[in-house]
Amino acid sequence: MTVQPTISALEEEKVMDRPIEPGRLVADGVSLGYGDRPVVTDLTVRVPDHRVTVVVGPNACGKSTLLRGMARLLRPMSGAVLLDGKAVHQLSTKQVARTLGLLPQNPVAPEGVTVVDLVGRGRHPHQGAFRRWSADDEAAVVEALELTDTVDLADRLVDELSGGQRQRVWIAMALAQGTDLLLLDEPTTYLDVAHQVEMLDLLTDLNHTRGTTIVMVLHDLNLSARYADHLVAMKDGEVVAEGAPGSVVTEETVRAVFGLGNRVITDPVSHTPLVVPVGRHHGKEAR
Amino acid sequence: MTVVDLVEAAPVPVEQVRQARRRPIRRARLVAAGLSLVLLGVFAARVLLGDFTFTVPDFFRILFGAEIPGASYILMESKLPRAVLGVLVGAAFGVGGAIFQTTLRNPLAAPDIIGVSLGASAAAVFAIVSLGQAGTPVSVAAIVGAVAVSVLVRLVAGTTGGYRLVLIGVGVAAALSSVIQYLFTRADVYDAQLALRWMTGSVSAADWPTIRILAGFLLVLVPILVWLARSLRITELGDDVALGLGVTTRRTDALLVLAVLLTAVAVAAAGPIAFVAFLAGPIARALNGGRTTLVGAGLVGAIVVVGADYVADYLLADINFPVGVVTGAFGAPFLIWLLARGRTERRAA
Repeated sequence: MTVQPTISALEEEKVMDRPIEPGRLVADGVSLGYGDRPVVTDLTVRVPDHRVTVVVGPNACGKSTLLRGMARLLRPMSGAVLLDGKAVHQLSTKQVARTLGLLPQNPVAPEGVTVVDLVGRGRHPHQGAFRRWSADDEAAVVEALELTDTVDLADRLVDELSGGQRQRVWIAMALAQGTDLLLLDEPTTYLDVAHQVEMLDLLTDLNHTRGTTIVMVLHDLNLSARYADHLVAMKDGEVVAEGAPGSVVTEETVRAVFGLGNRVITDPVSHTPLVVPVGRHHGKEAR
Repeated sequence: MTVVDLVEAAPVPVEQVRQARRRPIRRARLVAAGLSLVLLGVFAARVLLGDFTFTVPDFFRILFGAEIPGASYILMESKLPRAVLGVLVGAAFGVGGAIFQTTLRNPLAAPDIIGVSLGASAAAVFAIVSLGQAGTPVSVAAIVGAVAVSVLVRLVAGTTGGYRLVLIGVGVAAALSSVIQYLFTRADVYDAQLALRWMTGSVSAADWPTIRILAGFLLVLVPILVWLARSLRITELGDDVALGLGVTTRRTDALLVLAVLLTAVAVAAAGPIAFVAFLAGPIARALNGGRTTLVGAGLVGAIVVVGADYVADYLLADINFPVGVVTGAFGAPFLIWLLARGRTERRAA
């Protein structure tokens, strides 16, 4: 029987061999909100390059708002989102689209669009007014379909696909865009657990093979702890804890962020923290 | 096993993807070619057949200046301008409606439904009934009315997307209907009849000066449309995805402005011919395997108007319906069918 390493030892090792560099994408003291009601105020988050960053937190904590701000879907009331040191809102949106890809929550494809057509639209930022479909575009689409294992779906209509297939196709569209950074707002919502894992594996592959920087909002704390290199825990529009999952996912932090009694054990598969919730009916001794 | 067998057993992804990408493009071209032929047929029928028939050689002889007493006048001052105006307004309605439906991602979001056409009507009826105008001032009023109502609906709906905009548009349309009703109660019989005829939509009063003005507008609008149409493929993915791909909502608004202008100039030229803008897009889409193309929608719009005008003119002996009566009679059942189908086929998002 092998001795499993403790979480902290493993995390230390991870941090040691992959030092966190100053990021290309930074939310610098941003206040974001809808109308004149701010949801997050004066928030600073640095996204580490070539890593998977996951933002977690309870409903309405501002995690999606932060992601929307970073993706320039929301204009900050104050502060700025910086991409390579420049405010995203001052760059041409097409220029940003060549560097920063985005998959919003529950995108809906128009009727009658085939998979290859939708994925091909990911090439839009690379096409000029006169330069239409090029060999580069073709190659990028093929590669995106291959990576997401959707080549055989190429001529199917997107509305006919299952939820898991459809989400893979949307990811393929974002991949065809060929950006160094990819933001995803709850990419696993409405997927069953098998497809959630499949989706996160796919994104991890992408991160490993292409070095794509990934930022995503996820609901499942345990999958977040498993797949994130960098975890950002938010509550009431503020960052409560940030760092490697091993240091962020502790019983105290989970209680502070979610207001939930819990135990944290080591995930037997990934050796990352595993949160076991404690409700009113079970585990009285842990409360 | 030969190489050919291998290729057939496992198609190379590159080839598979290329085929899949080209198939819908080829189909769209085929549909456009077919629709062009149908339009040519309907146009020929409209011009050559009817109570005064022309042979093809006679048609070209007259077109290139030959004077055939009686025949020349009927062709050049009635039949031909009617058919040409029908093609232009039909195409403008079809394309305008399809842009609305595609951009707002709702088949109900056609200018006839969300008040744009009624805005034009209310302004035109006001010009006819209350100001005693006719001709060009009525057309100008119609354009102003269409644009004003569009701006109003857009401002009230905000940027929250199609569904809200459709609801507000339907509400505004209802209010405009009552304005029109009120204007009618104040009108004398002659003006009321004139206004009613205008509102039904008709190409029977077509003349070359009107066609020239409409064609002039379209010559300006169509190149802008060709330039913007490429982003329609992106804006129809929704505001968030579109912005992720580098297309801002300003592009969406520009497309809608263009659609409003197309609709407005067509209404100014021929009145709000019922349901053409609403019907053309969905019909073209059904023919094209579910994809909307603006070329297809424009061709269907032109076919519907020219064809309906032919039917309106000759369906019943001695009675000339305005073209809007025919399109309305077919459009309303189509709307009901579309709604009934939408209810049963709607998928969970």
